[in-house]
Amino acid sequence: MRATCWHEKHHVQVDEVPDPSIMNPRDAVVKITATAICGSDLHLYNGMIPSMRKGDVLGHEFMGEVVEVGPEVRNLKAGDRVVVPFAIACGRCLMCQRLLFSLCENSNPNAWMAEKLWGFSPAGIFGYSHMLGGYAGGQAEYARVPYSDVNHVKVPDSLSDEQVLFLSDIFPTGYMAAENCGLKGGDVVAVWGCGPVGQFAIKSAYLLGAERVIAIDRFPYRLRMARDKGQAEVINYEEVDVHEALIEMTGGRGPDACIDAVGMEGHAPGAAGAYDRVKQAMMLETDRPVALRQAILACRSGGTVSVAGVYGGFIDKFPMGAVVNRSLTIKAGQTHVQRYMQPLLDRIEKGEIDPSFVITHRMGLDDAPTGYEVFLKKEDECMKVVLRP
Amino acid sequence: MDVTHAMQEGAGKPAGEYTPLGLMSGYRPNGEARLASGLGWFSMGLGLAEVAMPGMVARLIGVRDSADTRGLLRAAGLREMASGLGILTRDQPAGWVWARVGGDVMDLAMLGLAFRSPESEPRRLAAATAAVAGVTALDIVAGRRLQLAPGGRRFQYATRALTVNRPPAEVYGFWRDLENLPRFMRHLESVRTTEPGRSRWKVKGPAGTSVEWDAEIVEDRPSELIAWRSLPGASVENGGFVRFRPAPGGKATEVKVHLEYHPPGGRLGSAVASLFGEEPEQQLQEDLRRFKQVMETGEIARSDASEGLLGMKPGRPAPAATYEDFARGKR
Repeated sequence: MRATCWHEKHHVQVDEVPDPSIMNPRDAVVKITATAICGSDLHLYNGMIPSMRKGDVLGHEFMGEVVEVGPEVRNLKAGDRVVVPFAIACGRCLMCQRLLFSLCENSNPNAWMAEKLWGFSPAGIFGYSHMLGGYAGGQAEYARVPYSDVNHVKVPDSLSDEQVLFLSDIFPTGYMAAENCGLKGGDVVAVWGCGPVGQFAIKSAYLLGAERVIAIDRFPYRLRMARDKGQAEVINYEEVDVHEALIEMTGGRGPDACIDAVGMEGHAPGAAGAYDRVKQAMMLETDRPVALRQAILACRSGGTVSVAGVYGGFIDKFPMGAVVNRSLTIKAGQTHVQRYMQPLLDRIEKGEIDPSFVITHRMGLDDAPTGYEVFLKKEDECMKVVLRP
Repeated sequence: MDVTHAMQEGAGKPAGEYTPLGLMSGYRPNGEARLASGLGWFSMGLGLAEVAMPGMVARLIGVRDSADTRGLLRAAGLREMASGLGILTRDQPAGWVWARVGGDVMDLAMLGLAFRSPESEPRRLAAATAAVAGVTALDIVAGRRLQLAPGGRRFQYATRALTVNRPPAEVYGFWRDLENLPRFMRHLESVRTTEPGRSRWKVKGPAGTSVEWDAEIVEDRPSELIAWRSLPGASVENGGFVRFRPAPGGKATEVKVHLEYHPPGGRLGSAVASLFGEEPEQQLQEDLRRFKQVMETGEIARSDASEGLLGMKPGRPAPAATYEDFARGKR
């Protein structure tokens, strides 16, 4: 089959690789009908995530048709149309039973690698480094889905691929980011980063009762989408001082909740941004936490900072004093997608949201390398690339 | 985890105290090693005193405080510190303990010479001589015991614990059928029950070799503990125990495994070493992880990388992700 393979930093290509097969009794093999490039794939593309090797198959946002199931799979059959969550969960361990699916204790065969870096290992993730399992991803014609009885949501034919594809990651991720804000109604939520996850965080904040959402980015087209599709007020951090603007917009108090939908490769104008770039280049820190720092400092006292952006290693100048002395709550985590797929599918079916609004680019699988390049460079007002095998 | 630590933890009858092989008594920190490290620190202290305050030491032991004496004492002090350092830092300090014995003999000889000097104080000299003689005896005891420690090498051991989300009775039951062990212990080729309580174990070695031995269950407390050891005459003396304890909340089981074996020499030794791998604790951790997977999910987690497919190589090579790797963005 054809699959998008990581070769080295800034080099992916579509290669011919062996078809996946059933390895374990609870596996399924899915013929992929739609798959997307995620912002977190750009961290791989930029060589920011360790333990990637040449030939690794990328992609963790995918859906398709079941073509084969293992003998222990009772709730799926060939022909079922499913969306697959990006994090792989066994459904039986303590974490899964507590609905913390992205912390599954069993799904990472390379847990020892993650343990060295993080103390304990989270769940394995499709197409996301050897440290997170070394699972072939879904930017391909077929994918093997482990514990497939748990890792799927069946989708009705009345909804198109584009409407349900993002149940695999970015819609639940934006939703969990908003849910983690603990909104009580009448809240002001600020969202750093207006990429796809940021867009879904904006929408979800409103779904969960926010009164106002303020979106922060530097690309006018992304801010435009946040304003037009998300009904957010917007701040372009290259034009105004974010902290000052937020204080002014919130009557001097700061947002009740701040969402970091940027992560480890944040940008900032001036000295602050240069500081982290230099530190990162010199390997004195691994992640550039400019958005996180701003979010903490801007958040109202007693408020919540919700981190949806990916951080992988170590950061510098973390304003812990603000967290402690102003009683801030920090919530974070890879998305427990399995927890949200069905309820969010219900919202899509009811017409409360149509996630396809973020799609700007549609390509064939063979154009994946172009897709990565366009997405990375934000060319042609790129927001979200969907690939069709 | 350190064995001494393992032995200290747990309530009631700590399973860590369970030593089916009795090899633990030969483990350095519990016996001669404690003696050896005591001697090491004694060497360091005495050596430091001799080097830093030779005049005071001279007066204490009753010899004349002269430039010559001070020089001799300083030299002896350096020697003491060297052997102390050797004892404290080496895995197998027997040689350094014998070096101490040599030093003791020199000290005794010098003290003997000092008795002839009219400027010495015989009473103090006698006391010092008695003290050195006593220490010499201790050094000899420690040296002999260290040398006689089984095989002249430390035995290998590994202890690990993991929580399995199944009740103790079920977890115990799966383990109690020893023929299940190869399902999750990667280097075990087979365990065959030969008669009640006895089994034959086969381990894969490097380059197609294998080692076999017979073992017996020496203690079996349902839902609590299973201990086994190789039968006398086994090519590889080894054993272990697994302890099951209800986890807080009452639904899961804390499983703690302790394995130990006596490394034989030569090719057999290297074949057996593969049972534990280069890092026995890490190997045991991986085995336990697979045990947990089998118990909880009914299968062992496999990925394209773990199977060496799709250009993804098996993910078990030694280099691990470190902070530096992460900063560099590759491993």
